Amino acid sequence: MTALLELDDVHARYGPVRALHGVSLTVDEGEIVAVLGANGAGKTTTLRAISNTVHREGEIRFGGTPLRGGPDSIARLGVAHVPEGRGTFSELTVYENLRLGAYTRRGNLKDDFARVLTYFPWLEDRRHQQAGTLSGGEQQMLALARAFMQRPRLLLLDEPSLGLAPLLVTEVFRIVKELNENEGVTVLVVEQNAHIALQLAQSAFVLEVGRVALAGPSADLQQHESVRRSYLGY
Amino acid sequence: MVDLARRLPIRQQRLPASPVILLLAAACIFLVVGCLQSSIFAQQTVAGLATGVVYGSLALALVLIYRATEVINFAQGEMAMACVYIAYQLIQWGFSYWAAFFVTLPIAFLLGMAIEATLIRPVQHRSVIAVVIVTVGLFILIDGLVAWKWGADIKFMPSPFGNRIYHVGSVAIARQDIGTIIITLFTVVLLWALFRFTKLGLGMRAAALRPAAASLAGVRVDWMLAVGWGLAALLGAVAGLMAEPSQFVLQPTLMQPILLYGFAAAVLGGLESPAGAVIGGVAIGIFLNLVGQYVHFVTSELRQPFAFAVLLAVLLVKPTGLFGRRRIRKV
Repeated sequence: MTALLELDDVHARYGPVRALHGVSLTVDEGEIVAVLGANGAGKTTTLRAISNTVHREGEIRFGGTPLRGGPDSIARLGVAHVPEGRGTFSELTVYENLRLGAYTRRGNLKDDFARVLTYFPWLEDRRHQQAGTLSGGEQQMLALARAFMQRPRLLLLDEPSLGLAPLLVTEVFRIVKELNENEGVTVLVVEQNAHIALQLAQSAFVLEVGRVALAGPSADLQQHESVRRSYLGY
Repeated sequence: MVDLARRLPIRQQRLPASPVILLLAAACIFLVVGCLQSSIFAQQTVAGLATGVVYGSLALALVLIYRATEVINFAQGEMAMACVYIAYQLIQWGFSYWAAFFVTLPIAFLLGMAIEATLIRPVQHRSVIAVVIVTVGLFILIDGLVAWKWGADIKFMPSPFGNRIYHVGSVAIARQDIGTIIITLFTVVLLWALFRFTKLGLGMRAAALRPAAASLAGVRVDWMLAVGWGLAALLGAVAGLMAEPSQFVLQPTLMQPILLYGFAAAVLGGLESPAGAVIGGVAIGIFLNLVGQYVHFVTSELRQPFAFAVLLAVLLVKPTGLFGRRRIRKV
C-alpha cells in the first residue's frame, strides 16, 4: 500500500500557544486511521494542520507532493475536512449544503445526488428544509453527505460522535465504513470515543500533549495496557 | 436510522415574523384604497415608489456589504456618485445614454472589487472600527477625486427616459418614474436570482455566513467578498444613475441625501435582510412623499430630518428592524 498522507515533524500553534510539538504520522491509501487522545492532546489541531487552518510548520505530503496553499486549495486537491461542530450551514437548505459540498467540482451532479441518496435516503424528503432545523444526528449525516459530494480522496472527520446518542454514533460509523469500502475514500478520524474508533479503524495513533505517543494496528492498541486504562476504561 | 429519522418530527422552516407581514399587508391595502380614492394620492404613491426603489437598491448595496464584511460602507453613496460621473464622462465622449449606462456597470463592478482587494482586505481582520474608518476615508477620497477631475460645479446629463407624462384616468405618471422602477427592480431581481440560483451566489452566501467552513468546502472566501463588493458597487451605480434625473443636475453631493435614506431603509429592513432593505426603501420613499403631501408643516426641507427620525425610531423601538434576526455572535 502506498502512503496517501504523510506528516513529518509537524508543529502548529495558535498565536503564541504551541499545540503540536512535532507530529509524524502516515495514512495509507484506502485505510481508516484513528487519532486518539485526551482533550488538548492536539487531535483537532492535527486535522487543522492538514487543511491549513492553523499556523503550521513541517512537511505534510499528500499523494507524494507537499500540501500547500489555503484551505480552499487543499479542498480542491481532494481533502474533505468535516470540522468539529460539523461545518453545516444552518441557514442554507439541505440541498444547498450538498451543492456546496460539490463546490470544487464541475459538471453534472445528478449522479452524485443519486449516489448520496443511496447512503442517506432520508435526505430526499428534507432537501428544501433549512439545515439548522435538523437534529444533531441528521446534521452529522448531512456533514458526511456534504463531504461525500466533494468526492474526496481523503476524508478528515473531527469527533463525529460528539453529542450523538449511542445508536446514532453506531449509524454514523457504519456509513463511514461503507464510504470507505464502497467508494475507496481514505479516512482520518479524530475520536474521543476510543472504543468505537478502534473498532472502525485499521490502525490508530495516540496523541499526548502534541506528540505521537503510540501507534500501531487497532488490534494491537486494543490490547495495549495504557490505551486500555486511559481510553477504553477497563 | 432511516426509520428513526422519519419518526423524528419534521420541524418546519419558521415563517418570517407574521406581525410584520400583517403590517405590510395593511399598508398595501391602505395604499391601494388611497390610490383608488384620490388621484393626487396615487400620483404621490407612484413617485414615492420610484424614489423608494432607488433608496432600496442603495440600501441593498449596504446590506450586501454588511453581510459580507460586517460593516456599514459609508462610501457606498460616493462610489455610486463616482460611477455617475464615469457615465457622464462617457456621454461627453459621444456615447449614447444607454451605451454609457451599460459600460459604466462593469466598470463599477471592477472598481468595487478593486476597493475591497486593495483597501478593505488589508484591514479587515484588525477590527470593525478600522474598516469603518477606511470607508469614511474612502468617502472623502472619492469626493476629492471627483471634484478634482470634474470640478464641483453642476453638470447636466441627458434624461434617460424623456419627460413624457402618461395619464391613467386622472392620474399623471411620469415616464421617468416608471422607467426608474422597472430598471431598478429588474436589477434587484437579477441580483436575487444570482444569489439564489447560481453556484457563485451559493459560494458568496456561504462565504458571508461561515467563512471558515466555506473555505473548507473549497470556496475562495477572499474572492467571494471582492465579488460581493463589486456587486454592491454595481447596484449603487444603478441607483445613482436612476437618482440623477430626479435631482436634475449632477454634482458631487448627488448621493449624500440618498445615502441617508438608504441607511434608514437598511435599518428599517433589519440590516441583514436583502428583502427588508428593498421593502424598507420603498416604504420610506412612499411615506416621505405622502407625508410631504398631506402633513403641511413637512416641507421638502424636512424630508431628511424625517428620514433620520425613522432611523432613530427603528433603532430605539426595534433595533432588529422589520426582518432582522437577533444574531448571537460568538466572540
